[in-house]
Amino acid sequence: MLTKIYENLIVQTVCRIMVPFIQVYALYVIAHGHYSPGGGFQGGVILTASLALLFLAYGQGAVISRMGRRITIVLCGLGVFIYAGIGLLCLLLGGNFLDYAQLAPILGVSIPRARSLGILGVEIGVGLTVMSAMYSIILDIAGSPPAE
Amino acid sequence: MIWQLDFLLCVLVLICAIAAINIKDLLSAVIILGAFSFFMCLLWAEMGAVDVAFTEAAVATSVSTILFVGAIIKTTRRSKD
Repeated sequence: MLTKIYENLIVQTVCRIMVPFIQVYALYVIAHGHYSPGGGFQGGVILTASLALLFLAYGQGAVISRMGRRITIVLCGLGVFIYAGIGLLCLLLGGNFLDYAQLAPILGVSIPRARSLGILGVEIGVGLTVMSAMYSIILDIAGSPPAE
Repeated sequence: MIWQLDFLLCVLVLICAIAAINIKDLLSAVIILGAFSFFMCLLWAEMGAVDVAFTEAAVATSVSTILFVGAIIKTTRRSKD
């Protein structure tokens, strides 16, 4: 188990400097998922990689104190809720599932803009779910069991 | 599509795959598997599938390597066969 921390000033400093840049890049990947390669899945995995880097450098307590197991479950459900909620909202407004054109009257924009915003919302939901699910898998495999 | 580059990457992928199967030290096998994933990522990017290459670079070279290392720490490092 990776519970024993090997204190190393260089590794910890480099990780502390790198983690914000990795997270900003992950947000960039999520936000530009419908224009360029990338998307919710890849952005979520990069967010998980930043948390895993913190986990490897500082040990389990540092990441658990920043993002606990309970908020992981909440974020996992919230991502699925965003995805399915956008899809069902389109269904309720008379279109097909995830038919973003039906969102145009609600958002008050043109139909192509509504499609773009709808895809962005879905990507954010996918990113949240992927990040929290992979983070919880890493915690369960590499970390120590939770103290009940 | 440059076939020489494709061929070179394909040879490197094959070398990494055979080495990862045959090596006895499991930690080394995991690292070689990461190199395998990286060469697959380069191959996909060279063949035009940038999205697949991005997924491979994000998942296979970082998260799955961490998961394998975690599994090795919980079990043994030497291969039994």
